[in-house]
Amino acid sequence: MFYREAGDFKTSYREDSQTFPIKFDRYRYYAVLLVALAVVPFFIDSYWANALLVPFLIYAIAAIGLNILTGYCGQVSLGTGGFMAVGAYACYKLMTAFPDVNILLHIIAAGGITAAVGVLFGLPSLRIKGFYLAVATLAAQFFLIWLFNKVPWFYNYSASGQISAPERTVFGIAVTGPHTEAWAKYLVCLLFVAVLAWVARNLTRGSIGRSWMAIRDMDIAAEIIGVNPLKAKLTAFAVSSFYIGIAGALFFAVYLGAVEVGEAFGIQKSFLILFMIIIGGLGSIFGSFAGAAFLVLLPVLLKNVLVGTLGWPTDLAAHIELMIVGALIIVFLIAEPHGLAQLWRIAKEKLRLWPFPH
Amino acid sequence: MKLKLASVAIGALLAASPALADLVFPDLSYRTGPFAAGGIPFSDGYQDYFTLVNERDGGIGGVKARVIECETAYNTEKGVECYEATKGQGALLYQPLSTGITYQLIPKVSADKIPLHTMGYGRTSAANGRVFEWVFNYPANYWDAASVTINYLLDENGGSLEGKKIALLYHNSAYGKEPIPTLEALAQKHGYTLTLIPVDSPGQEQKSQWLQIRRERPDFVVMWGWGVMNQVAVQEAANIRFPMENFIGNWWSGAEHDVTPAGMAANGYKSLNMNRVADYPVFEDIRTHVVAKGKAAGDGSNVGKVLYTRGMYAAMLAVEAAKKAQEIHGTADINAAMMRDGMEALEMTDELMASLGAPGIGPEFGVTCEDHGGSGMGIVQQWNAAEGKWVALTDYIAPDRDVIAPLIEGDSMAFAAENNLSLRCD
Repeated sequence: MFYREAGDFKTSYREDSQTFPIKFDRYRYYAVLLVALAVVPFFIDSYWANALLVPFLIYAIAAIGLNILTGYCGQVSLGTGGFMAVGAYACYKLMTAFPDVNILLHIIAAGGITAAVGVLFGLPSLRIKGFYLAVATLAAQFFLIWLFNKVPWFYNYSASGQISAPERTVFGIAVTGPHTEAWAKYLVCLLFVAVLAWVARNLTRGSIGRSWMAIRDMDIAAEIIGVNPLKAKLTAFAVSSFYIGIAGALFFAVYLGAVEVGEAFGIQKSFLILFMIIIGGLGSIFGSFAGAAFLVLLPVLLKNVLVGTLGWPTDLAAHIELMIVGALIIVFLIAEPHGLAQLWRIAKEKLRLWPFPH
Repeated sequence: MKLKLASVAIGALLAASPALADLVFPDLSYRTGPFAAGGIPFSDGYQDYFTLVNERDGGIGGVKARVIECETAYNTEKGVECYEATKGQGALLYQPLSTGITYQLIPKVSADKIPLHTMGYGRTSAANGRVFEWVFNYPANYWDAASVTINYLLDENGGSLEGKKIALLYHNSAYGKEPIPTLEALAQKHGYTLTLIPVDSPGQEQKSQWLQIRRERPDFVVMWGWGVMNQVAVQEAANIRFPMENFIGNWWSGAEHDVTPAGMAANGYKSLNMNRVADYPVFEDIRTHVVAKGKAAGDGSNVGKVLYTRGMYAAMLAVEAAKKAQEIHGTADINAAMMRDGMEALEMTDELMASLGAPGIGPEFGVTCEDHGGSGMGIVQQWNAAEGKWVALTDYIAPDRDVIAPLIEGDSMAFAAENNLSLRCD
């Protein structure tokens, strides 16, 4: 009914192994891209950009990054907040040191710096696994936050220890600073999300992604069949940190404009992003988006319904919101331990067969 | 799923849209999270005063004030969401009660042209009105607080702090770091040694910090704490038997809920205050017109407490500025730019405060184009645990403006240069 696959023949291997083999899915993907790129920017206002879409897109990048490390390569990390901070501070130092260079290059360079730091903190993963690795990355989280608080060079010796993004433009249009239009913010983030998600998808189904998954599923077996664990683990850390660094740079420069390291990139952020990929689905690009949407958009939606529509007191709404989100997390994970992505997969299977499941 | 979410959210947004022609004062409050203990009484006081003005006087110059409350949980991301959600509704003035959110909002309000009042918190150098057109931090700021503390200690020690050791116990955030440059400058002037002891947010864990204090035996401990950090610090000080009269908090570390958990052990703890705490006649009005009618923002139990008084004082300053703006522009229906003019012309005198039913609640001060910072004076108060109340020890103490003015000038000029701002008021 929904999926008409009659007549959708594949005549080459290339067609057979494309990301969206079903025609309907493929057109829906193009339609989403088209709406996001060509329709939303004309209607977006600053509330939609700053409160909903920009944070959603940035968290989606961070979630994809963590998913590469944890979901695809099986290395648990609690250092996401710290790595985002590296991206943010790298971007800040580059922005202020080289004001004439394009900000987009700074953001990519911030990702590169974060990748180097990520590899450094990924070295212990060659010796330790599981909970022990989680503790090692937790140390990275606390060390990096402490470092950015302690060394004034990182925040250019400002009195408050805050970093704030000066105005930078792309083709004459401000993308950071207070005078940024909503659509410009949104488009910059969308651009990064679209490219990075596309790269991630293609990395994870290529040979490098397969070596990550081999390490995840059983590292000794992977080593025996010829996967180099050093290379696989460190590339996973590098690529993952690159994504997280870009997310951190966008989070600071485009979304908030001023951050304080302990508040914005504390341990809660690491947990938040870990929860996103657990709820969304480990080892799934779509799951990263679904998890980010669930944890970013749902609380705002609940707040608007409870306070805006029903007129409840704000404190009551804030407490109820925590309970509802918490309960939904439990319900979803009981219904489907593999996350929203798996729910979506099952729903799709059913829809393909519907209305004649046998 | 996403589409459905979006359409429900649009519906919710539309339903929440305002009826126009009220004077809108968003209240970015926090009634949840580790800082709620301070956020609740402040927000209650802020909202109750607007309700009182509506109920008793029929609004400000005949136009009703409308407070939109938005919960931030002291979190900058939620603060941004609250700002974006409320700014389109005709917001006249923001009062976020968080230094982190203030730093976030300073560029935004300057671009959107909405005034921001950060009373005794936020970015200290915003006192320079020549650089910060839309930001006000009267009646006092953090650097004033630091200087008032040192002046008080000077007074206690016969005019000299030579060779004394002072420890600054601070919340490791923009808020806690603010006084450091002033305290360092004053250390050079008065010859005391300053030890910096940071406490990571939220501040529930302070064992190692107090161990350090016990080891180094500073003569005085000055605290820049907020929320749960204050209660823990007072308790820890009691645990190591640090003499309470040598322990001084700033004005965000001196409310009833900060000291009551430690019981009698907190007796003698001192703190600054920027407003006097007394049984003002205005509280009687609030009890009859607001609490008794069931229109109070909270349950009414906070009326008269330190932070409730300060929240009410903040609302009082906002209402007076709005009246001033109505007077200047000759219209009752003011917008944010007019509100800014009113704030810049604000003149708080003893007669005015008495006529508002709060005689002597704050110092006398006037705001000008150049000076958005007020008089900077503060009092020192001490906790009397037996009677369960704060007792004022001093009258208003003036800060050392000779030291602070160059610091403000330097920091604000750096901001102006960074952002290519041209100076005003010439």
